[in-house]
Amino acid sequence: MEEHLVDWSRAQFALTALYHWLFVPLTLGLSFIIAIMETIYVKTGNVIWKEITKFWMTLFAINFAIGLATGIIMEFEFGTNWSNYSWIVGDIFGAPLAIEGIMAFFMESTFFAIMFFGWDKVSKKMHLLSTWLVAIGSNLSALWILVANGWMQHPVGMVFNPDTARFEMENFFDVLFNPNAYTKFLHTIGSGYVMGSLFVVGISAWYLLKNKDVVKAKKSIVVAATFGLITSLFLILSGDESAHEVALNQPTKLAAMEGLYNGHDRAGIVAIGQLNHEKEIGDDKPAFLWDFEIPYALSFLGYHNTDAFVSGINDIVYGNEAQGILSAKHKIEQGQVAIAALKAYKKAKKSGDEMKAAQELQRFRAHEKYFGYGYLKDEKEVIPPVALTFYSFHLMVGLGSWFLILFFFILYFAMVNKLDGKKMLLRLAVFSIPLGYIAGETGWIVAEVGRQPWAIQDMLPVGIATSQISTAAVQTTFWLFAIVFTGLLIAEIRIMTTQIKNGMEGH
Amino acid sequence: MAITATIKKIFRFYLEGFKNMRLGKTLWGIIAIKFILFFVIMKILFFPNFLKENFSNDNERAEHILNNLTQGEK
Repeated sequence: MEEHLVDWSRAQFALTALYHWLFVPLTLGLSFIIAIMETIYVKTGNVIWKEITKFWMTLFAINFAIGLATGIIMEFEFGTNWSNYSWIVGDIFGAPLAIEGIMAFFMESTFFAIMFFGWDKVSKKMHLLSTWLVAIGSNLSALWILVANGWMQHPVGMVFNPDTARFEMENFFDVLFNPNAYTKFLHTIGSGYVMGSLFVVGISAWYLLKNKDVVKAKKSIVVAATFGLITSLFLILSGDESAHEVALNQPTKLAAMEGLYNGHDRAGIVAIGQLNHEKEIGDDKPAFLWDFEIPYALSFLGYHNTDAFVSGINDIVYGNEAQGILSAKHKIEQGQVAIAALKAYKKAKKSGDEMKAAQELQRFRAHEKYFGYGYLKDEKEVIPPVALTFYSFHLMVGLGSWFLILFFFILYFAMVNKLDGKKMLLRLAVFSIPLGYIAGETGWIVAEVGRQPWAIQDMLPVGIATSQISTAAVQTTFWLFAIVFTGLLIAEIRIMTTQIKNGMEGH
Repeated sequence: MAITATIKKIFRFYLEGFKNMRLGKTLWGIIAIKFILFFVIMKILFFPNFLKENFSNDNERAEHILNNLTQGEK
């Protein structure tokens, strides 16, 4: 496949996914914060909580409306740019994506309408139920998408059918309860909750700095900072579990996340450091120009055992006999045998030679585990871009830690009623809104760039997943999306800022 | 009778909801423009389904994918 076509197709998918992810986390998080606020209103009967709920609901609606259907673009791209991939995974992805579509449509169209049109028309409890169901429905939509994504990171519960060229589902529950899927789901929705909290805390902090809507802003801060603090802790736990899954199933990604070239026991985590850009796979140069390492932490994070061996990039590329790690070269050879067997099987089937076909199918099955490696030209291709993965991971972790500290202090000063005087802290809260988006995006960069070169881990490299279309067509649509999505983002920011400047009154 | 009344009630609920919208009208406008742009212009002009357009049945599609997977012809 033409290299430029693959790169442009990847760039286009990355662009649409990154833009889509600007809208989604706020929907996931803000929907629950609104539900909590409305619950307080229903419980206390205090009208101020109704006004607070309605204000944040308006901002939620803006984000929802602008972000609506931005994800569908990725499905267009599957059919046009990634037709090999979409055919091969069609049987696996069909069920989760159909459930997502039906669930999203029915839950959102019904309860969303009650949530916005139903004030004073349905009972308080019915309205509250609708608000909670919108929140739960939005989050369940994310579940099905992440089940599909988790499967790509760690394919389970399927068998490759050499007659249809498809992975076919053998066990739906293996796919649904794939550890990679649910850890990813929990970590992803957790990041959405933190984003929603940062949004509410940041905007409320801005009101306090402007001495506007002070009472409502403070009440909003208490709810959002509490939610943010709890979900930040949850995010750390789910991140730990997610890293454990990466260590078990995607050691290459873990090695790239940590810039670890030579694996060893009792491996430490580089808390902060600068990669040596002259470092090449297999050479003796140091991996870092400078770094600060926390001893044993990587072994513990990856395997929940401080003595565990963590494989490095060199171990994965060249193998490590003592640790039972096969070299990439060996896997490539195994993959080439699988491809040759598949070709021979196909030929035998065509000529009606069932015995030969059965033999070749057996040969294919024996080497199928490394099928995707057969398409790689060089053993170093198994390693993802190290610098992008490393810096994204460390930025995400650093920001996540900052948010925990921020929520703690904001909540503390709000509870002792001293928040008004903490101007610097309030400014930091406002400034942390874009940081929340950066943390979310870098998380996805770690997840997706870190698993390159694979579209499906070990089974299908991105180079073989694309369609045979012209590069110019992909370039055209890339720029088209860049313009459309940038326009949507500008619209969102403008409408949001107008609403925020108008204040919380009148809601 | 009861069903008709319920349907009328639901219809009125939505109608009044839409009528009373302020910011919502702008948002619905954006959604409408976006849907036309995505589903009419982009989907039809720029994003044909490669396998549906180029092959008439699933056997042909599977054959094409298998060729891609086995012949290095990509």
